[in-house]
Amino acid sequence: MKRSITRLLMAPSVIMLLVWMVIPLSMTIYFSTIRYNLLYPGQNNFVGWMNFEFFITDPGFIPAVSNTLILLLSVLIITVVLGVMLSALIDKPFFGQGIVRVLLISPFFIMPTVNALIWKNMMMNPVYGIFAWISQTLGFEPIDWLSSFPLGSVIMMVSWQWLPFAILVFVTALQSQDTEQKEAAQMDGATGWHIFRYLTIPHLARPIAVVIMIETIFLLAIFAEIFVSTGGGPGYDSTNLAYLIYNQALLQYDVGVASAGGLFAVLLANIVAFFLIRAVGKNLTV
Amino acid sequence: MSYLTITELQKHYDNYHALRGINLSISEGEFIVFVGPSGCGKSTLLRTIAGLESCSSGSIKLDGRDITEVASSKRDLAMVFQSYALYPHMTVAENLSFALRLAKVSQAEIQQKVHAASASLQLDELLERKPKELSGGQRQRVAIGRAIVRQPKVFLFDEPLSNLDAALRVQMRLELARLHKKLGTTMVYVTHDQVEAMTLADRVVILNAGQIEQVGTPLELYRQPNSRFVAEFIGTPKMNLIPIDTIIREEENLNLQLLNSQVAFPENRLHGPLPSSVTMGIRPEHMALVEHGGQISGRVELVEHLGSEAYAHIQLANNQTIIVKASARSDLKDGQAVNVQIDEAEIILFNDSDRVISVIPEEA
Repeated sequence: MKRSITRLLMAPSVIMLLVWMVIPLSMTIYFSTIRYNLLYPGQNNFVGWMNFEFFITDPGFIPAVSNTLILLLSVLIITVVLGVMLSALIDKPFFGQGIVRVLLISPFFIMPTVNALIWKNMMMNPVYGIFAWISQTLGFEPIDWLSSFPLGSVIMMVSWQWLPFAILVFVTALQSQDTEQKEAAQMDGATGWHIFRYLTIPHLARPIAVVIMIETIFLLAIFAEIFVSTGGGPGYDSTNLAYLIYNQALLQYDVGVASAGGLFAVLLANIVAFFLIRAVGKNLTV
Repeated sequence: MSYLTITELQKHYDNYHALRGINLSISEGEFIVFVGPSGCGKSTLLRTIAGLESCSSGSIKLDGRDITEVASSKRDLAMVFQSYALYPHMTVAENLSFALRLAKVSQAEIQQKVHAASASLQLDELLERKPKELSGGQRQRVAIGRAIVRQPKVFLFDEPLSNLDAALRVQMRLELARLHKKLGTTMVYVTHDQVEAMTLADRVVILNAGQIEQVGTPLELYRQPNSRFVAEFIGTPKMNLIPIDTIIREEENLNLQLLNSQVAFPENRLHGPLPSSVTMGIRPEHMALVEHGGQISGRVELVEHLGSEAYAHIQLANNQTIIVKASARSDLKDGQAVNVQIDEAEIILFNDSDRVISVIPEEA
């Protein structure tokens, strides 16, 4: 009796969430099996696996998948490694610690579009960007980042955006590290490096897992930075899956192929999640 | 010869003077206990010896070497922390061997030392467990084991038993005493529990407000305290303090007048001049409840039965309450009038600045 009331009371929200998920998914599945091109309205016949075939054989497909994975892995490595090092660096009290922390975390509050514009126009512009100025000052040829290293530029922007998140999590985690443990290690003859290696890193295992999980969710769907800065180019050099899907749907007006791409993205996310959880998930269970 | 020597140690925090000129010398193999109320600087002193806190001035010498500025890892000391501070992601064996592994000791030697330590602390069964799978007492033993394997010159203990429950605390206290006997290593131990101090120490150092109040064997401190602070700090229940109204000099005795009665005090036990205002200290066990006679009288306010003995709280004429040890089977009733017999040989006198002005007579 009591149980059924509980279920009854929970039902509206559960149904709401289910509908929220099921409707878009089933619509995407439906669109992916019909011809649905905005340029040819009315010709919505069933085409089976054709949309998937088109998407997978698209010349942008292989670069998009590999770019998605390269982007994901690079940003994860950069943010976690730099994040751990910077957090450890600012963990000890020093003059201006509060301000430094706020400054380190602030890029997280900048929206992705603005972030991309800042990097595109103020940092990486080959004529009046800061990088160009530095190169020229040192007597080198300025680099046109966005066309020479398109994916690298995107990685840089996204890392800058997500490093604060990692720092925020790690700094908080470091504050809960037991000082007596560090002192005990000190008495045991541990140097600063030993303490970092044998106490701090294991202590951060779980926060690192959390950061990797959360960042993965967002990094698989990076779009704004690419759209604003490189536009996926040159060629497909900085196109990822999300951008390729956008390309199919709104530049080539083929909603059917885009839906097939969307489903493939879901598949890829699940594959990545599977390996990720196997790799870092054990830190979460204990 | 002094093994660990602390000279004129001062420690200032930003606006707090934590240690005010500590002088102490400790011999090799001694078990020294720092005891005092919270905030007295005992932990700061220990942490300064350990090198976890720097000192503002003064020096620390260990075995002839000045270690005042030496990094704590190079001081040849091992410390057991209040929270045990075990490394949570390492097994017991890894915890025990951590220092040795850092020092690049050979595998065989590590094995042998860890084994010896775990055997002596009954940790053999637990070597592969993680700290969180251990009970409080087991963690405590691992923490001690981690100190033992390093074979340091001095063991430092920072309130190691305060996180244990009462029964376990008594047991671990005993184990520590045994350990000290077996190893014979110098140990410095911080506690706020005077029972631990009395039972473990060769010598007790009583600290108060950043200064050493008195150093001595537990019995010395108990029988011949230097000051009112020490007298009140050592012993449970506390020493009774009764103000003396006037003192009349007789031939060989001082006649202490209090509450319309008088107590004789042999003048040869007086040390130094007689001040204007005097307080008498007497421990509960040095008084007895008697039916007739006795020097002072009062009413029973409350009786605490402890099984083997009882403590009677007696309200005196001036409304002060004193505690008198009574026999376990005394059938005292609340409100009953009683006479108190004071053992005059055990009286301690304090002057107006709370220093002791009586001496204990040489025992035959």
